[in-house]
Amino acid sequence: MQTGRKEFELGRNYFELFELPLTFDIDSADLSARYRDLQRRFHPDRYVNAPDQDRRLSLQMTAFINEAYQTLNDPLARGRYILGLHGMGTDEETDTVMDPGFLVEQMELREHLEDARRAPDAAPRLAQLAQDMMRRLATATEELGHRLNEDSASSRLRARSIVREMQFLRKVLQEIEELELPA
Amino acid sequence: MALLQITEPGMSTAPHQHRLAVGIDLGTTNSLVASVRSGIAATLPDVQGRHILPSVVRYVSATDIHVGDLALEAATHDPLNTIASVKRLMGRGVADIKGLGKHLPYEFAEGISGMPRIRTVAGERSPVEVSAEILKHLKQRAEATLGGELVGAVVTVPAYFDDAQRQATKDAARLAGLNVLRLLNEPTAAAVAYGLDKNATGVFAIYDFGGGTFDISILRLNRGVFEVLATAGDTALGGDDLDHAIAYWMMDQAGISGDADRAALRRLARDARAAKEALSEQERVTVEVIRPDVTVWRGVLTRDQLYPLIDALIDQTLVPCRRALRDAHIPLTEIKEIVMVGGSTRMPRVREKVAQFFGRAPLTDIDPDKVVALGAAIQADILAGNKPDADMLLLDVIPLSLGIEIMGGMVEKIIPRNSTIPIAKAQEFTTFKDGQTAIAIHVLQGERELVADCRSLARFELRGIPPMVAGAGRIRVTFQVDADGLLSVSAHEQTSGAQASIVVQPSYGLTDREIEQMLRDSLVYAKDDSVARALREKQVDADRADVAVAAALAADGAALLSPAERGAIERSLQELRAARTGSDGERIKRALDALDMSTRDFAARRMDAGIRQALAGHRLEEFK
Repeated sequence: MQTGRKEFELGRNYFELFELPLTFDIDSADLSARYRDLQRRFHPDRYVNAPDQDRRLSLQMTAFINEAYQTLNDPLARGRYILGLHGMGTDEETDTVMDPGFLVEQMELREHLEDARRAPDAAPRLAQLAQDMMRRLATATEELGHRLNEDSASSRLRARSIVREMQFLRKVLQEIEELELPA
Repeated sequence: MALLQITEPGMSTAPHQHRLAVGIDLGTTNSLVASVRSGIAATLPDVQGRHILPSVVRYVSATDIHVGDLALEAATHDPLNTIASVKRLMGRGVADIKGLGKHLPYEFAEGISGMPRIRTVAGERSPVEVSAEILKHLKQRAEATLGGELVGAVVTVPAYFDDAQRQATKDAARLAGLNVLRLLNEPTAAAVAYGLDKNATGVFAIYDFGGGTFDISILRLNRGVFEVLATAGDTALGGDDLDHAIAYWMMDQAGISGDADRAALRRLARDARAAKEALSEQERVTVEVIRPDVTVWRGVLTRDQLYPLIDALIDQTLVPCRRALRDAHIPLTEIKEIVMVGGSTRMPRVREKVAQFFGRAPLTDIDPDKVVALGAAIQADILAGNKPDADMLLLDVIPLSLGIEIMGGMVEKIIPRNSTIPIAKAQEFTTFKDGQTAIAIHVLQGERELVADCRSLARFELRGIPPMVAGAGRIRVTFQVDADGLLSVSAHEQTSGAQASIVVQPSYGLTDREIEQMLRDSLVYAKDDSVARALREKQVDADRADVAVAAALAADGAALLSPAERGAIERSLQELRAARTGSDGERIKRALDALDMSTRDFAARRMDAGIRQALAGHRLEEFK
């Protein structure tokens, strides 16, 4: 769900907020350091004795900083956000045109997951499947970066399908993780 | 307004005066109050020198209320009027309580808002009111010891408390006449007490096993910033459960069944706890049970016999540990230290199992009963403005996902668990009927997909939507979670710009009317001259705003304001100063509101300018 942008009339996008260039490649340690500096300045703990208006603004500001950080710090959310800045939504519900090849793959993956959880050796098979998902996510992240940095309409279209694919892979991974846990 | 100057939290009419603030650990079994004096955090004892206050309240009559040891002593002979472990009932509905029923010797009545009420000689009492008695007691103790009125308190809650439980805790503090500076998560407080901020960098686990709750938090520390990465827990698992397991074993050995009377159950639970505590020091302990026919069973409980009774319960704590590590994306090997909190971590068996799980011995140097209160006191001292140079900052998370009910009894998540707070998310709703003027929204908290499996927090009704054709009305609802972890909701209609009004029906919390009534009934407030108090508060607000705005104008007025804008602010400021000299609280309030309006844009511009300043100080080597 991408709702944070333009939430508060502070007039900047997430990259502007962190004073970073609008690119997919982000140094996570640098981003975290910038995040901590902004939090040190704006966190509500710094405004406990301040007038109501400042306290309200501090609350809105830190909520915005948190949303921005969480978005930029996650490759999938970051990719989706960059596409959004280019006016390209990734919401599946409003746009159901999907790569047929990927649809078939999705169904196969679901079957794998079902088979694995029913198998007598479910635990190692699920672990294997999770490993597989993570590997594919890493590859997809790399390609997403390349496509977004190419800065053309056609590569952005390709980037959009990568984002959707990643969304799906992540969902499967999450389901596996929930399964592995003893209730 | 003075966004940047005001970050020196010492800003007040008397900047150099030490402001009295305390940290309160409102525990299931015991509660404590602590404060920082001469730079050192210490728990405050009562006149008899006792630091720990048993979280027990006894209603002796309508006007006579005992709290602490005195109440605890009466627990076995007056169980109906003596309320212990009330924390387990906080923010809970009547249905939740039924599950706990067999352990609870009280009689319940149902309140207006679905909140359980306990029948006592003093009338029906809600868990919030009972907790407020404990907090009042600690407040009085602190004010007597510190010699003055408190400016505020940091009250701790289990990290895994949901919105209803947090709200109930804050309501209790309000009812006790406390100004809550912050609700602080207990594990985070413990991390602060361990002074992990001083020089520690890395990832730490806080294992908090208390009387009635279990919490695990994974924190990353970096140059004074405590960032909670994930938290998990079980709000219905604690040392009490170990006691009950032992008590059932004792009953079984003595050949009596579960139909013992309430006083006997209380006695058994007390003896079971004593046996458990003794076994932390020694290998074996003698136990006895007085049967209903007054014959006595006497036996021995050894550590080896104890373990099978409690191991399954201890193992239950490791499930949330695994989940928290996974949510934090942190491998076990990356955990630098494990901090132990809560009375139950005194048990050698618990330490053993934790060490086994994490592959290293946990830290146990600070008294696990006091560590939370001490950390809360340190945070309270900073928030009250006594340490303007402190660079400590706590970034906490929301423990459970927040969502709303959608078609088919399903839940759509709006804010996922372990999101750093404060956080805000907006969601758009459309009308589905022609001329529809209201929309009902059901807010839930939890991880499951079905409404029935999540916790109902509140039902909202958006009203006053202008009549339009179906689908044309678009209502944007913003869910905001503040730094205390508390949810608030606002809404407006997008097409017409109309503000939709929200009618809140908390599912388990108190309604505003109930709180109002309690405040009115409360002795603390009855004694106060509320009008004089309100005026004093307004005057303090006025002084604070005056200093803040004047400083902001001096710093940035020239750079950020046109002469006309500046003139308008100065006129509002003059009016505020004039109002401040009188004794009309309403006039001061109007002047404050007007100043608030006239400085709104200025404040936003300064906030923007602040971002540049915050990032300007960056040195490249920090990122390495």
